[in-house]
Amino acid sequence: MIGRLLPLIVFLGLGGLLFAGIQLNRVRDSSVVQSPLIGKPAPDFRLPELLDPAREVARADLLGQVYLLNVWASWCVSCRLEHPVLEAFSASGEVPLIGLNWKDEKPDALRWLRQFGNPYAAIAHDPDNRVGLHFGVYGTPETFLIDAEGTIRYKHIGPLTFDIIDQQVRPLLRELRGEG
Amino acid sequence: MRRLLLAWLLLPALALAAIDPLPFKDREEEARFRNLAEELRCMVCQNQNLADSDAPLAKDLRREVFDLMRQGLSDDEIRTFLVERYSDFVLYRPPIRANTMLLWFGPALVLLVGAVAVTLIVRRRAQALAAQHGVKTSDNDAPDREETW
Repeated sequence: MIGRLLPLIVFLGLGGLLFAGIQLNRVRDSSVVQSPLIGKPAPDFRLPELLDPAREVARADLLGQVYLLNVWASWCVSCRLEHPVLEAFSASGEVPLIGLNWKDEKPDALRWLRQFGNPYAAIAHDPDNRVGLHFGVYGTPETFLIDAEGTIRYKHIGPLTFDIIDQQVRPLLRELRGEG
Repeated sequence: MRRLLLAWLLLPALALAAIDPLPFKDREEEARFRNLAEELRCMVCQNQNLADSDAPLAKDLRREVFDLMRQGLSDDEIRTFLVERYSDFVLYRPPIRANTMLLWFGPALVLLVGAVAVTLIVRRRAQALAAQHGVKTSDNDAPDREETW
C-alpha cells in the first residue's frame, strides 16, 4: 500500500518544497541582500559636492543630525521612478536628504537634476565608487538612514515608495527623535 | 579559411577578457588575485564570480581587491573586508553556520533519505520473493534464486 503511494508522497513533498521556495521569494526578494552594516557606524567619507565642487560632503560634518543618504545615478531607471517620492518627502522637511551620486558622469547627473528637479540638500559625487563600495552599494537606488551618532539604522534597496516611507522610515524617524 | 581558423584559435582568449589589465608585478601575484576573484561573488549578476563578470561593479571590486593586496592584506583579511560590507553573500563558498546547515548538508540528507528508501524497498522485495520461494521449494525442491527475478 505504502509502496504504491510512495511516488505520490514524493511528488507532494517536492511540490511543497518548490512552493515554499516561491513563497519565500515573495516575502523576501532573494536579489535583495541584507546589509551587514545596519547598527554599525557609517563608513567615513569626504567627497566633493556635485553642484559646487568647492564644497565637500563629509560624514564628520553631518554628525549631530539624522539624515537619509540616497544613492542614485542618472543612468538608473528606478531612480526616475523614485524621484517624485523623494521630491515630496524632501519638501515635507522631515529629514535632510543627502544624495550620493554613484558611478555617474557629472554632466549627465547635472542634466538629470535640471530635468527632474533636485530634492537633495547636498550631493556627494562618487564617480569611481570609492565611497559606495564601503557602504556595500551594489545597485541604485539604495537609501540609508543615518542617526545623529553616524550609525546606519536602516537600509532600503530599490526605489522608496510612499508606503515604505510611511511604514518604515517615518516610524524609525519618530523613534530616533524620541531618543534624542 | 586560414583566417577563420585563426579566429577560432584566438577564441579562448575572449574568456580572459573579463579581467581588466591590472599591473601585476609577477605571475604569483596574478595567480593569487585570480584565486581570490574566483571565490568572490559579483553582487550584481549574483551567479557569476568576480573573475568572470563584466559588470562595472565587479570591475570596481577587482580594483579594490587588487589595492588591498598591494596594501599587504592577507586573503582572509580581504575576504573579511568584503563580507563586512557586502555580507556573506559575497563569498561564493558560504561559511558553515546554523543557517547554512541545510545548504551544505541538504543534498547529503536527501541522498541519505533516498538510500534508506531504496534499502527498504529492496529488502521488502527480497522478503516477498523469499516467501514466494518458500512456497515453490516445497513444490519442486530445486530453488533457483536467479530465475525467480
